[in-house]
Parts: sequence; structure tokens; C-alpha cells
Amino acid sequence: MTDRPPSYPLPSMPGHLGEVIVRARGLHKYFGQLHVLDGVDLEVWQREAVMIVGRSGSGKTTLLRCINFLEEPTAGTIEVDGYRVEADPTGHRGRGHAEEIRQIRLRAGMVFQDFNLFPHMNVLQNCIEAPTRVKRMAPDAAVELAERYLAKVGLMDKRDEYPSRLSGGQKQRVAIARALCMEPKVLMFDEPTSALDPMLIGEVLNVMEELAHEGTTMIVVTHEMHFAREAADRIVFMEDGQIIEQGAPEELLNAPRDPRTQQFLSRFLESGGGGGAD
Amino acid sequence: MAQLGDRASATVSLEPDILKQIDAADSARRRRFRLQFALVWIVLIGALVGALWLTDRINPEFIGRWAPFILGGAGLTILICVSSIIIATILALIGAFGRLSTNPIAYGVASLYVSFVRGTPLFVQLVFIFFALPQMGIVVPAVESGIIALGFNYGAYMTEIFRAGIQAVPPGQREAARSLGMPERLVMRRIVLPQAIRIVIPAIGNDFVAMIKDSSLVMFIGAQELLWRALAVGRQNFRTFETLLIAALVYWILTIIFSYFQERLERRLARSDR
Repeated sequence: MTDRPPSYPLPSMPGHLGEVIVRARGLHKYFGQLHVLDGVDLEVWQREAVMIVGRSGSGKTTLLRCINFLEEPTAGTIEVDGYRVEADPTGHRGRGHAEEIRQIRLRAGMVFQDFNLFPHMNVLQNCIEAPTRVKRMAPDAAVELAERYLAKVGLMDKRDEYPSRLSGGQKQRVAIARALCMEPKVLMFDEPTSALDPMLIGEVLNVMEELAHEGTTMIVVTHEMHFAREAADRIVFMEDGQIIEQGAPEELLNAPRDPRTQQFLSRFLESGGGGGAD
Repeated sequence: MAQLGDRASATVSLEPDILKQIDAADSARRRRFRLQFALVWIVLIGALVGALWLTDRINPEFIGRWAPFILGGAGLTILICVSSIIIATILALIGAFGRLSTNPIAYGVASLYVSFVRGTPLFVQLVFIFFALPQMGIVVPAVESGIIALGFNYGAYMTEIFRAGIQAVPPGQREAARSLGMPERLVMRRIVLPQAIRIVIPAIGNDFVAMIKDSSLVMFIGAQELLWRALAVGRQNFRTFETLLIAALVYWILTIIFSYFQERLERRLARSDR
């Protein structure tokens, strides 16, 4: 598919990575009078790891939630893996739109800040629930798939535990495995380490970094600048509901062009060269 | 180094079986508590029975002769309660979906049901079904009238319990299920309802206990359950003190048995919390 050139400066367009998996066009979102997303365009290429950074309230989480329609955009188009859905803010399209949204969600997995594991199911059941009931996968095949992903996140030994018995880091790794079991085209993370003890953040970031290096297409909203520098193919900086600047980690973190990006990053530079700190 | 040595000696100075001793002390405390609890009940109940005995106005032989007949009414009481709770649960589920529906017809029907049934006395509903409906050509026998009245009445109360239970499931649960591509029906059936039911079981159990006792109202329209039999025998022999006491005890025992099963169910459903 051919792309219009984006309307914002994109220093290192990773066109070589293949086709576009996620394309958001002209996204607007109002909460009442509050303009949270103000005309966002975003493309994510296959095998690309995109990290969205910015202050609280800059609209980054809302952008993620609009991509899989957990929030209905006020205007704009979302396309995931070639499946394209127009925003339906007034709800005129009813059931048809609900099915469109479901098709988007089947293609775009999501990992939440507070895990949202199903507490009445054990780890394995959490992982096979959607594959067996939504994709109608045979139970044997679903279990095999789930065990493969649980092994990948290092939690095979916890497959029969209930979520209440897991640490925060383990819960989040199960949530990642659960999302992977649906084999989505893109995996989205909404501040996946913000609810974790500092001691447990590393194990989750390690899993995510491994996924990024393996070429999982992902969009991550994060405050972990050090992680973004290591694992991102591209960093997107948002403020006031707009994408202000984006580029490869070295470019954006070392030579930000927009004063707002510079100001945002200076806070992290003070606390040690872009590393760690929230 | 000195510090390390101190620490090591501190560890050694712990009594070797201190953990076992703590366990033993704990279970001794629990045993003592249970024993004293049982003693309090035995003493209080024994004192009451003794006091009754001393009045010399209780006829044990009469109790022995008629107790089996009165107890025979417990079967009908249980049948009425179990049938009613099944009807109530079904109505409450449908009602809760209606109360949470964005469809104005479903919401309207469910709201009218809850408002009207909760806003009129159970006793009026009961006698209305039995005495008033025949005027419209609808004749419902006594036991069936009781079951319908109790089922409808408790269904209305339980509608609100189920609605609150469904709303008490954290929104993140629905979001997670939806983001896995689950259609709304599946989200409700597999993710929301199982968690909602766990939340509402104590409240439903409470309602069921109340229903066991309210089932005694059915006596008034002639269903020959527990209270009806107690009154019939008591009036005939001018010994309602004994017969009503028996009926009261049976209701009490039924609620105790039910509470026991409810507790077991709660514990089973809570297994994911351990």
C-alpha cells in the first residue's frame, strides 16, 4: 500500500521494515469539552517497536485506547493490518460498528497498567480463554500455545496458580502471555510497569525488550526512558494531545529539536543521562 | 565479623521447636474459644428449657405425640423455598440485565417490576394471587400461589442485588476481555457474571434465610406447611405454646443448615483467593 508522506518531520522513516501494521489518521478525542487528542496521525510498521512518551495528561494513553476502541475516537480512522474502521462517535452504526471494533481488537492485543488478569481463572485458563472461545481453537492446541508463551515469559511453573498468588511482575508477565496467545499483529502496552514495585519492573521490561528484539510489532506507552532508549526503534513524544516530535532513540533523546521535547527530556537528563527515573 | 558472630548466636539461642510451640498455643486458644462458645449456648438453652419445665405447664407427652406431624410440614416448607429461590434467581438475572440495559423497553419493564413488587407488601401479593385472581378466571392452588408470590417478591429484591454485583466487577475486567476480542455476551457470561455471583452470594444467602421464614405466610391461604400444621394441632388441643415453639425451632434449624451450605459454597468460590 502507498502512503501519503506524513505531515510531521519523521527523521528516520523505517520504511524498510515492511508494511504498515497500524495507521491512525486524524484522531481526535474529546472528553466533554476537554480536547485530549488533537489530530494525531501515527503509522507503525511491521516489526517496529514504538514507544510513546510524554507528560501525564499529554494524551498518550488515550491514543492507545483509541487505537483498539476502548475509547471511541471523536473523529478519525484506525487501520490495523489492513482492516480499517472509521470513528463512530454518535453510535449510529450500532452493532455493525461493534463487530468492526472486535475485528480491530483481534489484531491489536493490549497489556494494561494494572494487569486485569481474570481472578477466577488460573494462569493457564487466563491464557486459553480467548483462543478457545473466540478463535475456537482446539483445547489441546490452545494449551500448547499458552505453555509456549508462558515459557517465553518464564512462568511455566505458575501455570496452575491463581492470579492472587502471583507478584505484580509475574501478573504482568502472565498478562503479556495472555495477549500473545491471541497472536495479534501488534501488541500495545499501556504503562505496563507503572503499578509495579521498583524491584519488579526489570523482569517485565526484560520480557518486553526480548519481544522487541524478536521483531514483535509493539506500541508502548511508558515513562521508562532508559528502557525506551534500549528497546525502541522509534520514540514518539506527545504533548497537549499532539505528536510533537518523533524519531530514532538516539536522535530524539540526544538531539531533540522541539523546545517542548527538550524541556521534557531535561528532567530525565538531570536524573542521570536519560536513565531510569519516572 | 563480630556482628556476624552475634547474629549467628542469636539465631542459635532460638528454641529449636518454637514454631511448633506457637502453632500448639494457637490451636489451644482456638479450641478453648470453641469450647466456651458451645458452653454458653448449652447453658442458655438449658436454662430456658429448665425454666419451661419448672412452670409445669408444658406437656412433654403431647410434644412427643404431635411433633412428627408438625415436622412433616417442613418438607413442604423446603419445597416452597427451593422452588421460590429458583424462580427468584431467574427473574433477578433477567431483571438485572434489564436494569443495566441501554434498551428503554428492557429497562422500563425491569424497573416497573422492581418498583411495583418492592413497593407492595408480600402478604398483599400472596393473597391477591390466591383470592383475587380467580375473579379474572385464573385459579392458582395455595402452594403454587405461595411459590409464585415468594419468587416474584424476592426476585425483585435480588434484581437489585445482581445489578449491584455486576456493577461491582472492576471495569478493567471488561476492558481486558474486550481487548482479547471477546464479544459482549461472552464477556458477560465468562468474565463478569462469575465474579458478580461471588460478590452477591452473601446477600443472596441473606435473602434466602429471610425467605425461609417468610414462607410461613403461605399458611394463611391454607398450604399445609410447617406453621399451618403447628397452628392446627395447637388450636385443636389448646396447646399452641408447644406447637408454635416446635415450628419456630424447625425454622431456626432450617436456616442454620442453609447457612452452613452457604458458607461452604462461599469458601469453594473463594478458592482463587488463597
